[in-house]
Amino acid sequence: MFTLSPAEWTAVELSLRIAIVATACALPFGVAVGWLLARKDFWGKTVLDGIVHLPLVLPPVVTGYLLLISFGRKGPIGAFLDEYFGIVLSFRWTGAALACAVMGFPLMVRPIRLALEAIDRRLEDAASTLGANHLLVFATITLPLALPGTIAGVVLCFARALGEFGATITFVSNIPGETQTISAAIYTLIQVPGGDAAAGRLVLIAIVLALAALIASEWLSRRAAIRFHGE
Amino acid sequence: MIVLAVDVEKQLGALRLSVRFEAASGVTALFGPSGAGKTSVVNMIAGLLTPDRGSIAIDDDVLFDAAGGINVPPYRRRIGYVFQEGRLFPHLSVRQNLDYGRRMSGRERTASEFERIAALLDLGRLLDRRPRMLSGGERQRVAVGRALLMRPRLLLLDEPLASLDGGHKREILPYLVRLRDDAGVPMVYVSHTAAELRRIATSVVWLDAGRVTASGGIELLDEADRDAII
Repeated sequence: MFTLSPAEWTAVELSLRIAIVATACALPFGVAVGWLLARKDFWGKTVLDGIVHLPLVLPPVVTGYLLLISFGRKGPIGAFLDEYFGIVLSFRWTGAALACAVMGFPLMVRPIRLALEAIDRRLEDAASTLGANHLLVFATITLPLALPGTIAGVVLCFARALGEFGATITFVSNIPGETQTISAAIYTLIQVPGGDAAAGRLVLIAIVLALAALIASEWLSRRAAIRFHGE
Repeated sequence: MIVLAVDVEKQLGALRLSVRFEAASGVTALFGPSGAGKTSVVNMIAGLLTPDRGSIAIDDDVLFDAAGGINVPPYRRRIGYVFQEGRLFPHLSVRQNLDYGRRMSGRERTASEFERIAALLDLGRLLDRRPRMLSGGERQRVAVGRALLMRPRLLLLDEPLASLDGGHKREILPYLVRLRDDAGVPMVYVSHTAAELRRIATSVVWLDAGRVTASGGIELLDEADRDAII
């Protein structure tokens, strides 16, 4: 029979929670950065573009280490957050969410940026002659027209967050019940004699979750296409 | 009575635009060959393009004055604009497109006004469709209705028939004539076709290579036929 032990359930639940929180927190930044890169010319744009894409090309361990030295309790940002807001990220599930958000961010920004670049700017002009200020134009024209790309970005970020391993384990370690995600649990289990069966169950879960995310994104973007283009 | 006063200059690539004219109520034709700068002039009136110098005013309301540092943004000008290609919002139904201007201004919906414009332009059976399900002529009628329903004090029409074939042109012109006679909104109508303007215009401003070369009544259009500028 296919049953998960409580420890395995914890890993699954933790993985989902971390991936959802990471994606939700990354989304507003993803839209903002996508918009900046698609629409604005400013000093340092190439640098911003580079920094956003860095987690895609750096070894995940390096990204995790950079997070550790900046967001760790003794790191400049970590110490600031701890002192003024009482927020501690290192060795907590929230830190895992941060690591996953950083790793998923480039995958989220790219489709959003492409969607924003593809929008016919003349529609925004038309909206402004009809009395919509910049914020209303963005909310009623730009964002809805960029929705299919935004959905694609959300799904890609979520999928990456769900499977993230290297940066997470480097930054927040592998603590059962706190930071041990599915990936970390599998890694631990296959190093223990007799852990193969449990690892196999988690591998199966990982495959099912990944497939579900893919199918959900297909379905959502088709619905968005029907809604906005009547196809 | 003067409704619109335009006196603007702008360098547009190789074209030096220097245009000065006044328009009264009725339909003022902005007439001239392609590349004369007609669309740039209406874009400046709408606030989508900023002149280098000069001023634009409706009634006594200054919309743009380079010397005085005044430049009212498009969303506060209350000028309806019917674009050459319609520019309906593809993600909204015809009804939502028509309603857009009212929603943005936060006004209450008045059924009678909506019904009147929808009847004037024969939009009744199109209301629940998406723009991509409409023919070219239907699209332009919706675009006109959308601009009217924002209660504009001036309506700009930039070659509203240019994207339509012959049959659809004949279909939509009577609506525009009805609009001129019933709606009472002053219009600036851009076109390079004298025959079209003869049906709708009440006065003519002739533009060539960025300058006003003549202005007056629609009898100016007869000259256009002789010169065969089209």
